[in-house]
Amino acid sequence: MSHLSDIKLKIWRQSGPDEPGRFEHYLVPSISDEASFLEMLDVLNEQLISEEREPVVFDHDCREGICGTCSLMIDGQAHGPQKGTATCQLHMRQYRSGAEITVEPFRAAAFPLLKDLMVDRSAFDRIVESGGYITAETGGAPDANLILVPKPVADAAMDAAACIGCGACVAACPNGAANLFTGAKLTHLNVLPQGQPERYKRAEAMVETMDSYFGSCTNHGECEAACPKEISIDVIATLNQDYRKAKFANRKTMARA
Amino acid sequence: MTTAQIHDKLRSKSPDAAVPEMWETFKSDMKLVNPNNKRKFKIIVVGTGLAGASAAATLAELGYQVEAFTFHDSPRRAHSIAAQGGINGAKNYKGDGDSVHRLFYDTVKGGDFRARESNVHRLAENSVDIIDQMVAQGVPFAREYGGLLDNRSFGGAQVSRTFYARGQTGQQLLLGAYQQMERQVGLGNIKLWNRVELVDTVTIDGRCAGIVTRDLINGEVRSHSAHAVVLCTGGYGNVFFLSTNAMACNVTAAWRAHRNGAFFANPCYTQIHPTCIPQADETQSKLTLMSESLRNDGRVWVPKAVGDERAAADIPEDERDYYLERLYPSFGNLAPRDISSRAAKRAVDQGRGVGPLKNGVYLDFSDAIGRLGKDTVEERYGNLFQMYERIAGEDPYSVPMRIYPASHYTMGGLWVDYELMTTIPGLYAAGEANFSDHGANRLGASALMQGLSDGYFVLPYTIGNYLAPMLGKAVPGVDHPEFKAAETAARQRFQGYLDIKGTRSPDHFHRELGHIIWDYCGMERNQQGLEKALSELPALYDEFKKDLRVTGNGESVNQTLEKAGRVDDFFQLGMLMCRDALERNESCGGHFRSEYQDDEGEAVRDDENFAHVAAWEWNGDPMSSVRNVEPLDFTATHLATRSYK
Repeated sequence: MSHLSDIKLKIWRQSGPDEPGRFEHYLVPSISDEASFLEMLDVLNEQLISEEREPVVFDHDCREGICGTCSLMIDGQAHGPQKGTATCQLHMRQYRSGAEITVEPFRAAAFPLLKDLMVDRSAFDRIVESGGYITAETGGAPDANLILVPKPVADAAMDAAACIGCGACVAACPNGAANLFTGAKLTHLNVLPQGQPERYKRAEAMVETMDSYFGSCTNHGECEAACPKEISIDVIATLNQDYRKAKFANRKTMARA
Repeated sequence: MTTAQIHDKLRSKSPDAAVPEMWETFKSDMKLVNPNNKRKFKIIVVGTGLAGASAAATLAELGYQVEAFTFHDSPRRAHSIAAQGGINGAKNYKGDGDSVHRLFYDTVKGGDFRARESNVHRLAENSVDIIDQMVAQGVPFAREYGGLLDNRSFGGAQVSRTFYARGQTGQQLLLGAYQQMERQVGLGNIKLWNRVELVDTVTIDGRCAGIVTRDLINGEVRSHSAHAVVLCTGGYGNVFFLSTNAMACNVTAAWRAHRNGAFFANPCYTQIHPTCIPQADETQSKLTLMSESLRNDGRVWVPKAVGDERAAADIPEDERDYYLERLYPSFGNLAPRDISSRAAKRAVDQGRGVGPLKNGVYLDFSDAIGRLGKDTVEERYGNLFQMYERIAGEDPYSVPMRIYPASHYTMGGLWVDYELMTTIPGLYAAGEANFSDHGANRLGASALMQGLSDGYFVLPYTIGNYLAPMLGKAVPGVDHPEFKAAETAARQRFQGYLDIKGTRSPDHFHRELGHIIWDYCGMERNQQGLEKALSELPALYDEFKKDLRVTGNGESVNQTLEKAGRVDDFFQLGMLMCRDALERNESCGGHFRSEYQDDEGEAVRDDENFAHVAAWEWNGDPMSSVRNVEPLDFTATHLATRSYK
């Protein structure tokens, strides 16, 4: 274990959603290279409290990369410089003494800022509410082994289901689109046999809810690069394909009615 | 009974039947609420982890009006999401001799015969339905090539009954329950409150009438009334400061209910998980678990010699001590958590620890990689290995992992009867927040099972049994003076933290509190240490009340203020924990009193005097709370000395 010295931080401070924001400069004189990035911010906050100043507000919880609560644009990259890593798993061993680091909130029209580095990502919940589930009310399920799922299908579903809902894809996207998030949930459910009965209804509902909050996808691919779980952009292809089919399938159903 | 009295509130209400028939008997006899009448009842569910999300979803599906509360930005953040290894289900899909009875027996034995048989049997019965339910919802469990479900083994069991989704089983189960809940939110059957924290419960005329909450965005304190309230607010492992719990996990909801009359059971039963990444430095904010499933293929060892400075690869085979395999040959590296943790502590205390701070033991995969190939190991544990690499900065495919025990789960919690109701009528506790199913030690892959059993398959039945007779009776509204008084008290409490204007942050006090609890009420306890803790804690708590500093205000997001309230409650709980540990003059499961061990260092129970639940009753000060007991009967199992040799 060794220590880094003089970490220079430039952090976005904003006291409320409608208040003007600004960058403020701070110095963390010493930090262990074993510390995580968020522990470095903890040290800064303790320093601020000791100076009778208000600490920097940021979202965080599990600190092991699975809950998706943490966010932060670090030097312009969602979750910082390390590939496939959420901010909470980024460690100071990635930096050198004297480093200058800029920390901003995730910025997107659909993620209104609440305070400092904390934003409201509840639009994601609205997408899930609209169709990100399999209707299977408690009690009526058949024996689990009656539903055979080929291993490659289960693996593909799991790859997509690994999404932690952090919003890095949206923050990284120049359009503020949520296609990677939505595509991941849609792919998880739409490739499984259990997901087939609602497949097209789900695609239509989730995509249209997504469109009412978020920007449009223009295939930049920034989302995939920023994703801490390295979700493949292929899920967006699945989303587009199922949405297109849904518009035809559901139109046919409508015509019949 | 020593220093205890049997309280008439502590009747378990287990049905009058043989243990295996109790749940069916209950379901046959319980009162029902007509489907058309369910919408006349409002139920509040606090917490949206496995227990909370599954309860909210199912109650809403049944037709009740549900309001669900989470202090997170989204219900999907609840800490159930971090569970890695798996969920037990007595499916016997492997044909290796599993059954409901065997899961029941393993759980009672794993809990060192300190759990209530009736609840545990129901849990084992429900385990089968949980797997069916979660598969129907699309949880991507691991599969065999033929498409059938795969299983693996966990500690304390000699069968393969653990279902898993890579190393992210908790995530996938939580998202399953969350999606069912969000479906009901979308249908308008659940009103969801996010970034809102419970700060008090309200009891009127002997029944739970609702809760008081604080909005974490603007500090607004408000009341919510309901016919019944369910607390699914998790455990209190963060009392240790360093634990595998998420940063925001806290005891506040359970503790506030306790202060209002809900008895708190077995607070000293805490689980120290054997496989966590050791502390690396002084700024560490939390510890990270490495799933117990790793012990299926990893071998635990330390050097035989004290102070061996060589790298792992340079220590020859015959100079390594695979101590779990040596001490517990029949379970080996899959010995239960409490036993594995103590064995690791002894190795480190003897000076045989490894790593830069000599504070860990090795968990070595080189044999497994040699036997199975790197690809298979990667497929089984890839995300865990990656997580380890990110945190420890070492590649576990080439260098053995270093692990050490850390606070992980709390078996103690709010006392509940067979129907999961606390000693306050109308107030329920489910999941880790209650005490009921794991006795003095929880087996791996059983927490997810319990959360989902309580939420999907127990509460939806038992709440109806309570509500049915209340049909047509008005419940107090939020303008009732008791609600107003609780709101005022909550506002004063939070303003109070801001007004102290001392010099130390809540984190400072939390860290100090955690040191005391870890040193004297951690993996090994004794009378002298516990008495020391009980003299130091009140003094530190006084200092907290005089010297706390919370900057900022109470009208916008203030995470320091949130933390202050939680640390306050942790102090009070910490004192009760130490008192409970001091009064329980035996060793059982996670509660190991060094005075009570045999020649080989194994726990010695005292069934004559302590085969009971200790349920504490608040009387204004945790140092003078009253200890009551619920005696435990063992009719479907027999009290035996737990052996894993």
